[in-house]
Parts: sequence; C-alpha cells; structure tokens
Amino acid sequence: MTAQTVTTFQAFKATLKRDLLIAYKRKNDMVNPFMFFLIVASLFPIGISPDPDRLAEIASGVLWISALLASLLAMDNLFRSDYEDGSLEQLLLSPHPLYFLVLAKNISHWLVSGLPVALVSPLVAYMLNLPGESYFTLFITLLIGTPVLSLLGSIGVALTVGLGSRGLILAVITLPMSVPVLIAGTLTVQQTLNGASLAGYLAILAAMLFAAVSFAPLASAAALRISVK
Amino acid sequence: MVEVETDLEASMLCVDSLFCERDDRILFEDLNFELKEGQVLQIKGSNGSGKTTLLRNICGLNVGYEGAISWYGDPIKECHEEFYSSLVYIGHRVGVNKVLTPLENLRWSSSLQQVITDDELLDALEKVGLRGYEGSQCFTLSAGQQQRVSLSKLLLSKAKLWVLDEPFTTLDAAGVKQLETLLKTHAGNGGAVMVTTHHTLSVPNLQVLELG
Repeated sequence: MTAQTVTTFQAFKATLKRDLLIAYKRKNDMVNPFMFFLIVASLFPIGISPDPDRLAEIASGVLWISALLASLLAMDNLFRSDYEDGSLEQLLLSPHPLYFLVLAKNISHWLVSGLPVALVSPLVAYMLNLPGESYFTLFITLLIGTPVLSLLGSIGVALTVGLGSRGLILAVITLPMSVPVLIAGTLTVQQTLNGASLAGYLAILAAMLFAAVSFAPLASAAALRISVK
Repeated sequence: MVEVETDLEASMLCVDSLFCERDDRILFEDLNFELKEGQVLQIKGSNGSGKTTLLRNICGLNVGYEGAISWYGDPIKECHEEFYSSLVYIGHRVGVNKVLTPLENLRWSSSLQQVITDDELLDALEKVGLRGYEGSQCFTLSAGQQQRVSLSKLLLSKAKLWVLDEPFTTLDAAGVKQLETLLKTHAGNGGAVMVTTHHTLSVPNLQVLELG
C-alpha cells in the first residue's frame, strides 16, 4: 500500500487552486479591495480640487496610496479563516517546504486583490487626468508593485494572525515596510513623465519584487510557526 | 510510564524525558513513553492537564518543550520530511473550511500528502456517511458532520501515525463505533494511534497514558 507521493509542485498547485476557489466562493472578499480602491481614488477630486491640472500632479500618488490601502484592507483574509478552522495547522504539518505553500497562498491572494487593482488603474488614471503617456507606466508599476505589497503584508498577517484583537497593529507592522515600494512606484510614474527612461526605475521595482518573492514567504512561514502554537 | 507488552514490533515514536510548562505551571515533566507499530495510545487526564499540548509537541506545532522526541530512532527535526509524510493530525479545529464543500476540503487536505482520484474521495465520503452532502458548503453541515469530513481523511491516508485530539466529541453513536473500527484496522495494519479522549475505548492492544 505504498501511496504515490505528492511532489511539492503538486501541493503548491492544490493550495493555489483551493485558495482561488475559496476566493471565488466568498465574492465579497474579492470585490472589497477593488471597490475600496475605486472609492478612495474617486474621493480625491472631491476633497482636493476638481481642477484637472492639480489632479494630474497628484494622480500617481493618489493611485499608489489607494492601491496600498486596498492591499492592506484585503490582507487580513490571507490566513485568518485558515487559522480559525485549523487548516493552517494542516498546512504546517504537510511534508512540503512551507515556503512554497505560503507562496501559493500569496499568489492566489494577489490574483484576487492586487491584479484587479492594477487592471483598472488606467481607468481611474483617466478620471484623475493623469497624462495619457503615463497609463502604461502606471499599469506596469502597479503590476510589479502590488505583489510586493501582498508579500510584505503577508509577513504582518502571519505575525498577527494568532492575536485576539489586532486593531491597527497590522498596519503598523506593514506600512513601514511598504513605504519603499510606494516611493519607487510614484517616482517611476513622475520621473518618466519628466523624460527619464523607464528601464532604470522598473529595474528597481523588479529587484524589490524578486527580493520579496525570495525572502517574504520565508519570513511569513517562520511567523506562522510562531503564531500557531 | 507505559507498560510495553510486545517487544517484537519496531518502536515508531519514542519520547524521552519530555518537559513542558505553560505560564510557569508545569504541565508534565520527565515524561517517557514509546509507541510501537500496532499500538493505540490513549492519553487521559483532567481538563488542562496538557493532553492537547502533548499532542502538539509531538506534531511539532508547539516546540516549547524540553526533551527528545524521535521517529524510528532519529530526532524529529532530522527526519522532517519522513515524519510529516507519515503523520495525520486532527485537532480541535478540524481543518475544514466552511465555504468549501466536503469534497473540496478532502481533496485539498489529502493532496498535501498523496495523489488521489475523485472516485477515492467520494468513496471515503460515502463511508463516513456524507454521501449526498459532498456538494454542500460545510457551514451548512453540523459539527458532527464536519468532524466526519476531517475523519474521512483517515480512510484515505497511508500515514502510519495518527494523532487525534478528542475525535469522538461531536460524533454520534454510530460514528464513534466506526471510528473505533477504523483505529482497530489501522493498528492491525501496523499503524499507530495517539488519541486523547475521555471515552472508554474498546480497542485491542490499548495503552493508556495518564497526565496530571
């Protein structure tokens, strides 16, 4: 009765599929960050000024901050229900490296929270009167930047998932780590508008992404082992 | 601490002078026992005596202990992959996601350990009496039925060591009987079980460990 053993890649795929399925069944969680992004971004013209020139100036910052807040809002779903129903224990007790399973959860989480935000960003950019030639830059920076936000946020969630009342602590842990991404993202959009070449800035963002993919799931995995006691 | 009757079978799990405290209260100290193939070890003790903690120590979920736990002679940390390939743990929180169906839950939790077909999954669900519920989301099921979802994993698993934390609590009489039969079969096939329960188990080759 020797069972056919599962490769880590198969376990990775199974976890990714499961999480996407859960997200699909809990449509609220899927739509929330996206709606939040739209709402926050559309409040700025009302609150600051509807003047197109002033909006164009702040548009890239507004879009990036909204994306950051939306990502933060969505973060808590990442491990919470798994912690509460015991699935997280099953994840920790699997024979596979936790790194890949956490990465699978991160990817699924980004696909439902970060990717829609990146996809809709040109539309919101149009509303905020961002110069047309920046749409592509903005889209690319969000496409590279939001997974970094998800990966970094995952560390904070893993650390706080075992706490009863979390309040703002997740934001306090996560936001400082996210600031460099925010700076790089907005700078890229602004500087390319001023004529700088896109490649150098993208390289910085991409470097952040690769560093986050390499190290963040390790940190999340270690934090999960501490949280699940 | 536990009387060993049969020395023929290989010793699967060996716990040597285990010490664990929580909030300056000693849960257990100098705890020694051995679990051999074919044995069922029932852990008894009053509430708060550290039964769950002991199980979580052994699974490696809680590493705040002193002492050695070894798997076929090797410390668990050194044979991580073998140990976790051979372990099924079902805790208080049974690991059943509420929005997924029993089938989807079982598919994921089994697929972490072995390749399995949907027919086998459905077969296992049928055996635990969940046929007809495989498509309902788990939040519509009762606590006992959710427990059955997690226990159906035992039917599929080829793991040698089962660590079960209060698996009988929400089960009805028929479920209790079925689980006992399962434990017997597993022990008969050379597996081992560690189980915490206040229920009187009618299983041959039963060892009892009293805590507290």
